[in-house]
Amino acid sequence: MEVSVFIQLKDGVLDPEGETLRQSLRRLGFHEVDGVRVGKHLQISLAEDNTERARRRAEQMCEDLLANPVIEDYQVRMKEELS
Amino acid sequence: MRGSASAASGRAADSQSPMSFAVVVFPGSNCDRDCYHVIREVLRRPVCYVAHAEPQIPDVDCVIIPGGFSYGDYLRAGALAARSPVMGAIRDFAAGGGLVLGICNGFQILCETGLLPGALMVNTALQFICRWVHMRIEDVNTPFTRDCKPNQVLRMPIAHYEGNFRPPPEQGTGSAEAEDLFCGRIVGRYCSPGGEVSDNSNPNGSWSSVAAVSNREGNVLGMMPHPERCSEHMLKGSDGLYIFRSLVQWWEEDGYE
Repeated sequence: MEVSVFIQLKDGVLDPEGETLRQSLRRLGFHEVDGVRVGKHLQISLAEDNTERARRRAEQMCEDLLANPVIEDYQVRMKEELS
Repeated sequence: MRGSASAASGRAADSQSPMSFAVVVFPGSNCDRDCYHVIREVLRRPVCYVAHAEPQIPDVDCVIIPGGFSYGDYLRAGALAARSPVMGAIRDFAAGGGLVLGICNGFQILCETGLLPGALMVNTALQFICRWVHMRIEDVNTPFTRDCKPNQVLRMPIAHYEGNFRPPPEQGTGSAEAEDLFCGRIVGRYCSPGGEVSDNSNPNGSWSSVAAVSNREGNVLGMMPHPERCSEHMLKGSDGLYIFRSLVQWWEEDGYE
């Protein structure tokens, strides 16, 4: 089963990379860009057929390693939820 | 701090044995030999290496987690090192009052491990910064700073991409007023050569200009500047010795209590 994990800086945490991209996009003529937040997208293959079990395991992975709760939030999406 | 680190430790060796050190080596550590060199050749104290995969650490009095790029800084700086076997032993060691010094990547690892509060984010300038800075000592009541005078300014080099310290979110996000809520102790702040703390002297955007932080008990310290790179006169600076000498002095005087 394929699971996607999205990790992003929490709201309110300064994202200098996103801010730099926002400025670059506006310089390129994308004046409507108000803000950019940069995150990570991890695709994880699990030897697991049960969707809910796979989701819980992926959430546990985020808690244990993939996200840092001090500065980051995470979202777990099953592959079928993305299409 | 006379009280808590020693009281918590109960680790005081008999007065015959010199203070001993271990330097942790992760894949990608690159300041391990510098630390080893300073302890052995400058402080002249016993020191050994301990590998990342070891589930136990030798019977030493202080563990140093050196700088570098452990595990290639994959995921987040320090994240993978924090979950390696040796860190379980170091967590127990620290819980028993053992002295733990994390330098640069070592500071990042200690935050990722939860031994220190907060996190180290990418520098606001989005650049790797490698230069000399000044750090004002804010707390001389730790085993790492007791050889310093209050507000003493140390000149030390930094070399990092992720040194932008941020406290835990529930403890205020950015305002100086939130320092009262901070569950660690601010031990050092970036400052001007004269000791003035301002945005101009803050190289990386760190909250409250934090350069060094300890836990409440004072036995675990993380710092972004590299004391091991400035502990000999031939390196054009020896202020780092204040940190190492403090440790030895604390051990020899208070550590026996």
